[in-house]
Amino acid sequence: MSSRPGGAGTAGPLLTVDDLHVSFATEDGVVQAVDGVSFELAAGEVLAVVGESGSGKSVMAMTLMGLTRSPNARFEGKAFYKGAELVEASEDELRAVRAAEIAIIFQDPMTSLNPVQRIGKQIIEQIQEHEALPDQQALERAVELLERVGIPRARERVDSYPFEFSGGMRQRVMIALAMSCDPSILIADEPTTALDVTIQAQILERIRELREQTGAAVILVTHDLGVVADIADRIAVMYAGRIVEQGTLDQIFYDPQHPYTWGLLGSIMRVDKPRPQRLPAIAGLPPSLADRPEGCHFRPRCPHEFAECRKVPPLTSRVEGQPDHFDRCWLPVDQKRDKREVLPGVIGLDSKEAAPA
Amino acid sequence: MSVEAAEQRGGPGAFSDGATPLVEVEHLKVFFPIRQGMVLEREVARVHAVNDVTLRIAEGETVGLVGESGCGKTTMSRAIMRLIDATDGTIRFRGQDVTDFGRKRMEPLRREMQMVFQDPFASLNPRKRVGQIIGMPLRLHGSGRTEVEPQVRDLLDKVGLHKEHVNRFPHEFSGGQRQRIGVARALALEPRLIVLDEPVSALDVSVQAQIINLLDDLQDDFKLTYLFVAHDLSVVRHVSDRIAVMYLGKLMELSPAEELYTKPIHPYTSALLSAIPIPDPEENRRRERLVVGGEPPNPINPPDGCVFHPRCPRATEICREVEPPLARYPNGHLAACHHPMSASAEEIKWATKDPSSPLSSGEELPVAAESGGGAKA
Repeated sequence: MSSRPGGAGTAGPLLTVDDLHVSFATEDGVVQAVDGVSFELAAGEVLAVVGESGSGKSVMAMTLMGLTRSPNARFEGKAFYKGAELVEASEDELRAVRAAEIAIIFQDPMTSLNPVQRIGKQIIEQIQEHEALPDQQALERAVELLERVGIPRARERVDSYPFEFSGGMRQRVMIALAMSCDPSILIADEPTTALDVTIQAQILERIRELREQTGAAVILVTHDLGVVADIADRIAVMYAGRIVEQGTLDQIFYDPQHPYTWGLLGSIMRVDKPRPQRLPAIAGLPPSLADRPEGCHFRPRCPHEFAECRKVPPLTSRVEGQPDHFDRCWLPVDQKRDKREVLPGVIGLDSKEAAPA
Repeated sequence: MSVEAAEQRGGPGAFSDGATPLVEVEHLKVFFPIRQGMVLEREVARVHAVNDVTLRIAEGETVGLVGESGCGKTTMSRAIMRLIDATDGTIRFRGQDVTDFGRKRMEPLRREMQMVFQDPFASLNPRKRVGQIIGMPLRLHGSGRTEVEPQVRDLLDKVGLHKEHVNRFPHEFSGGQRQRIGVARALALEPRLIVLDEPVSALDVSVQAQIINLLDDLQDDFKLTYLFVAHDLSVVRHVSDRIAVMYLGKLMELSPAEELYTKPIHPYTSALLSAIPIPDPEENRRRERLVVGGEPPNPINPPDGCVFHPRCPRATEICREVEPPLARYPNGHLAACHHPMSASAEEIKWATKDPSSPLSSGEELPVAAESGGGAKA
């Protein structure tokens, strides 16, 4: 079960997550937020972690930064970054990694900056935490960073407070902050969800450019498959704490193996195709992480359930010729390819015969 | 039930049959004053939230109202609901001018217009049981406790929840289920108009589809009229008959739903469409995208001329000086642009100034690029 699917990195992976479990003891019982997640991240690649709210994608990403530690949290498994273990690392060890090696951009640019501190100061503080730079040089770096993320008149704006910025501009400041110490990994947790589409396009463009310039790997946590198609190299689809499918961008979009992935892809509303009479929707709701069905977690919502589904399907490569494509579904591959193209209104992708008038 | 009445109502779409639209908004302006000073509170500036917009909604129709945050779409919908006072212009509901109606006079009309809010976590009282929440509008409009109960169960059933859910509290439900409760509450009084303010943007994709399908079914069952406010053009498309695009308080384009996607006339609409990433990697690589820079300007001091000109790739001298009127193209497609896209030279020649154009707009209609002849109205 600890097969470790990952990118075909030649130089070895930058980050290796091995059978990570995260659970929280709550009044309603134990919430198993992350349940045996394993993946590898190669230098310079963009891995999109896709899932709905409550799938454990954010908890997984935050755990890598040690941001989910609390008295009621329990961790199992390992995460190695350049040989250093992150899950059990001490706060001091993590402090050296955070921002300098792995940096994070949070979803909400309105609440993730300090409202009573000038933005330049916030960037300088972070630079000086990791490097002994004199104030003047740190300021120069901050101005340069703000210019790089596309903030006009950066030299004046370093003295602004966050409230003087719009949402899009604040998210740029967050990106500048994240890039301030040249991290090797950038974790972006829903970086554009709170933004308007025209601004989203600008921010994605900026992340793409920065990645090309600095060679940083990106873990993009999102629920938006449009954003994923725009920017990702590889995709991990999470459902109820588990990765249910993982593969390259084209594998997931053009040869998806897990019924949940079909459902996700099928339920997207698109602007580039004729609109269907009825939107295909996945029936039912995701399970509560405190009370998950046994076996395959997607079983109660899956129209293709059969006896085998009561056992937990391992995340392995099942498609011939795609050794880097993994999924957790017991259905034989030929049946999947047959079943995923169904009539609209039922879980699945668009069927070929369903071209509407 | 209002089955007979419903049958008399016209189909969705045009107004060619001469029927009175359900909602008529004419040259609506909503400005918010910014005051300064301790005692006198002098008005120093105004936020131009809605700046001379005209829109009609036919009975049974769904109009999508889209735009980025701060474009005035929510203010507009609240003004139509008479939750915000209009600064200028008129709002008519079933032909009746309600612009200056007070609370008392609005009360009987409240039955006919209901609202579903964006945030299903904030719009339901956490201390009330589902039965009380859904029954409240009925109680407020005079039904007794015993009458209300069966109706509530019936409503729960209609929105796809279980009848046993009446005694639960909102926190026991997921976001999608809560939104169903919000829809049930809006349906309770059998309204004719429901204003949906970003009803699915707080929900996950798979649940969004469920709610959209539900709204679609309910519209058919109850012959409802929807004003669907959203920032997401892909969501609006699935429900709308016509779509209005707003920017900085102005109406940029008003189009039959499908035509907006295949033939956007205003560069702003086109920019919005191309900013939406397409969930298809190959298609995404293939298509050319028009990424507009910058951000919407401050609505306290909207730009002169066309409000979009500072960000528009097609802007010229005239755009900086003259506010474009809403030109009427075939199919009732309106757009306020001096340099229209996707319209043929013939269509541009055919275009006329629509009477719903803002009063401050100029007379200059767009000129077809190669035709040369400066046809001025």
